[in-house]
Amino acid sequence: MQPSPSRMGAFSYFPHTGEDIRHMLDRIGVRSLEDLYSDVPSEFIHRGEYDLPSALSEVELRAWFKDMASRNTELKVFVGAGAYDHYTPSVIPYITSRSEFLTAYTPYQCEISQGTLRYIFEWQTMICSLTGLDVANASMYDGPSAAAEAMRMCVACTRKRNTVVASSGLLPNVLETLRTYARYSGINLVETWEVHEAVAEGTLDLAGVIVPSINRFGMIESHLGLADLVHEAGALLVEYCDPSALAVVKTPAEWGADIAVGDGQSLGVPLCYGGPYVGFMACRSEWMRKLPGRIVGQTVDAEGRRVFVLTLQAREQHIRREKATSNICSNESLIALWCTVYLSLMGPEGLRRVNELCYEGAHYLHRELMATGLFEDPFEGREFLKEFALRPLCDAAKLQQALLDEGFFAALQTEEGYVTFCVTERRTREEIDALVKVVKEAAL
Amino acid sequence: MRYYDKLIFELSKPGRIGFSLPHAGCPWTAAPAGACRPRQGSGGTTSVVGSEEIGEFCDSGKFSDSCDSLRGWRSRDGVLWRESKLELPEVSEPDVVRHYTNLSQMNFGVDTGFYPLGSCTMKYNPKINEEVVAQFNGLHPLQPARTVEGVKAIYDFMDKALAEITGMKHFTFLPCAGAHGELTGLMLMREYHFRRGDLARTKVIVPDSAHGTNPASAAVCGLDIVVVKSRPDGLVDVEDLKPLLGPDVAGIMMTNPNTLGLFERDIKEIAELVHACGGLLYYDGANMNPLLGVVRPGDMGFDIMHLNLHKTFSTPHGGGGPGSGPVGVAEALVPLLDVPRTSGFHGNFGIILRACAYILMLGRENIKMAGPLATLSANYIKESLKDCYKLPIQAVCKHEFVFDGLAEPNGVTTLDVAKRLLDYGFHAPTIYFPLLFHQALMVEPTETESLETLDAFIDVMRKIAQEALQDPELLHSAPHNTPIGRPDETTAARQPILKYQN
Amino acid sequence: MSKIIEGLLYSESHEWVKVEGGIAVIGVSDFAQSEMGDITYVDLPSEGDSFEAGEEFGALESVKASSELYCPVSGEVVEVNTELEASPEKVNEDAYGAWIIKVRLSDPAELESLMDAAAYAAIAK
Repeated sequence: MQPSPSRMGAFSYFPHTGEDIRHMLDRIGVRSLEDLYSDVPSEFIHRGEYDLPSALSEVELRAWFKDMASRNTELKVFVGAGAYDHYTPSVIPYITSRSEFLTAYTPYQCEISQGTLRYIFEWQTMICSLTGLDVANASMYDGPSAAAEAMRMCVACTRKRNTVVASSGLLPNVLETLRTYARYSGINLVETWEVHEAVAEGTLDLAGVIVPSINRFGMIESHLGLADLVHEAGALLVEYCDPSALAVVKTPAEWGADIAVGDGQSLGVPLCYGGPYVGFMACRSEWMRKLPGRIVGQTVDAEGRRVFVLTLQAREQHIRREKATSNICSNESLIALWCTVYLSLMGPEGLRRVNELCYEGAHYLHRELMATGLFEDPFEGREFLKEFALRPLCDAAKLQQALLDEGFFAALQTEEGYVTFCVTERRTREEIDALVKVVKEAAL
Repeated sequence: MRYYDKLIFELSKPGRIGFSLPHAGCPWTAAPAGACRPRQGSGGTTSVVGSEEIGEFCDSGKFSDSCDSLRGWRSRDGVLWRESKLELPEVSEPDVVRHYTNLSQMNFGVDTGFYPLGSCTMKYNPKINEEVVAQFNGLHPLQPARTVEGVKAIYDFMDKALAEITGMKHFTFLPCAGAHGELTGLMLMREYHFRRGDLARTKVIVPDSAHGTNPASAAVCGLDIVVVKSRPDGLVDVEDLKPLLGPDVAGIMMTNPNTLGLFERDIKEIAELVHACGGLLYYDGANMNPLLGVVRPGDMGFDIMHLNLHKTFSTPHGGGGPGSGPVGVAEALVPLLDVPRTSGFHGNFGIILRACAYILMLGRENIKMAGPLATLSANYIKESLKDCYKLPIQAVCKHEFVFDGLAEPNGVTTLDVAKRLLDYGFHAPTIYFPLLFHQALMVEPTETESLETLDAFIDVMRKIAQEALQDPELLHSAPHNTPIGRPDETTAARQPILKYQN
Repeated sequence: MSKIIEGLLYSESHEWVKVEGGIAVIGVSDFAQSEMGDITYVDLPSEGDSFEAGEEFGALESVKASSELYCPVSGEVVEVNTELEASPEKVNEDAYGAWIIKVRLSDPAELESLMDAAAYAAIAK
């Protein structure tokens, strides 16, 4: 740790010259950098060389990542299952890469964070608009963890109750995350396809019910009468939804849900191998103070101007510690900005058009696949939007491999032996026709 | 920075669009395949201004001969479809770009100026990190392994590199933030005890100086919190700890250096005591930066830890996230590493890529300077200001230290000092944390600030101390040069307005 | 100097109790409200909830702080001051007028363990 003038300044992120270091050590009154660690027992000082690569230059780093990227195959994505290949307008990365947004911290100092606070307020408003609910928070890590927070919120809102019913139609990664959180926080999680029956059976301990708006087979679910049943039981209804689809499918508010959660990824966020994405959470105003996470509110400053601040902070960990509504303290702010810009560009008409394109493409693919005679439709007559599941009459693994060989990621297998397909507005008719052709050839 | 008072909703005008999408097909009620015709009625699908008069061009739709269209959803069985109006802004692309550019100009970031925010490690975010991410954007998280070998190699590299840097055995990358890492780590702690059939360990010990997330994470994980006190010198009181240890203790959460920036020098004894009672040691990696390249938590006896890639490994904070909080474990816990599933896919891969770029740029040569230079900067500020700010603990600090307000406050609070700093173009330090001091003002400079920047900050802090004596009112009413003045936070909390209402 | 009213009983966690028949009217002391600063929200229990003496029954929130409320006596909540939902500032304005809950005493003997005004004056500073 001795400053060596030859090395100082050699690394572009460290501004210190050897002379600077000398000057600073003198001010502190120590002789060497090592003296700054005199309180650390010497057995804990790592004296050897770290087994890490030698520092790369930018030129070498670019080559390193190019090499890594070349070992991946970019496929034409016909799979959803919680991550959707929607189109990203060029404006979004341009805006979100502005360093005033990118390199800012959580907006604690509202006087110099109005940019962040305003877009979060816009995000909250848009999430309320999509879900139909009254209040939204500044965002969560992702959809599955937001669902887990909603499960905990049900328990908190109903005080001493502890059972949560989750539909088996939720995405597998949502169910797994629910199981994980339930296991350690001691919540009694009941998974079932028969949600109505489970609620009707009646338990005094029921805190909440979590159902998908669109299930893991792509079917749009009807929750007619469910909210009344859940509320009669004294519990809360949570709906897990795809925010893009909420432009056309019945909203959580319309179904009578108390809480809506889901993943904002479908609002133009790149797949990026699973993250970063952004969870969202909205609820009826009566549960506002039980919401986890950051919340931005409107107020006025000393001169009476409209300004925005982080508010209702007494719910949060830095004040409440173990009594907080959650341990969460970050929000996926930059990705929330990503979605906010997306929704601004799309507007009501664009978002509806995205859904129309998905719907048409998916139904076209569905019809073409059924016409091959290689599939049965286990959900015939049920409505779907962009994703659907079929029972293959051929070897599913072989089918998926044949598609992969031709550059398609499609026919994802479910635990029931179905294969799922998803079509977004990015898929062209030519791609779909080519996919069907591969399917036909694979079966020969 | 200037004041710009618009919300995107206030720029909205019916008929404007900001999207560019392919044309949708034809109406639901239309004729059979191949016979599609323009539809009568409402709702523009293709027009540039979105108005009805322009008419439909459904023959230009991608699937126009398939005629399975969503357009007719209102006319179909209404049960499944949205009935309420979707209120979103109707704005053009230039409107959007200018609006968000204007918003950005009311923001302060690391690229704008110095951010001495304690416990947040606001170091420089290298630009090359941003550049490498785009080439991975198109990969679906469920793609088969053989189509993502490059991704696998990156995860393997990061696992090995972080293990080497921390002395842990392996890492899971699922957690999306530090607090998420804490929660995942505590789940691993509980799982470890569960698997041994030891169900009695329901308590976790947390020092009174701990980050607020520690007790909150423990509560989410179903653990009871027991607080261990700090001694007057700011370190964990080992004598207070001893009677707390027993067969009901799952483990202890420690931050080292702690939130006062002090190295817990008794860590070896603490580790022995906790291990002897059958508990595990959790390392809160929020304060890892001063140890980067110097000390490895694994060597100090920690069994589980998280890192904040958005702190120690230079990834941008993004106004509050996304971050990444990978969790590392010692050998005995490796088989459990994949048990807690706390996020949807593989963690925040985009953030992990950025941290990977940073580690490769640091390399084995530069890493050994990172922690020491951060520690040097903190001590330099501390020594330069301790005559005008109250320094409750005099010892050499690590990456951060805490003042307890002004030496001669004259009625001026830490909040006033923080707000006045904004006028001089600096971000405020962390204030009123840790809770051990009433006027806490916690400063963390990091290793990427130059001597000139530190000197400028020191000059301003001294100037503010002078102002406190001469014109305290100037500080009570600060800031004066920012886009907005101090907000009315009481009204914000009493009558919350949480969304835009026309 | 905060106000302390003679004739009320006080707990160590700064709640006051006024006994009216078999009912305990419960609020927080003037000292407690002044320590909190501007109260922004009162988290209230529901009518019919039961609490043991010393059990948490709600919380006060200010912008940057939160403080739990502990029930000084055991019993069932018979009335809640719902006016505080919309006007939490009433606790700041008149801590002894702004009662929070009324509890039907299940064990009047518990009252003996509470402090009188003089004893409370010694700790409320």
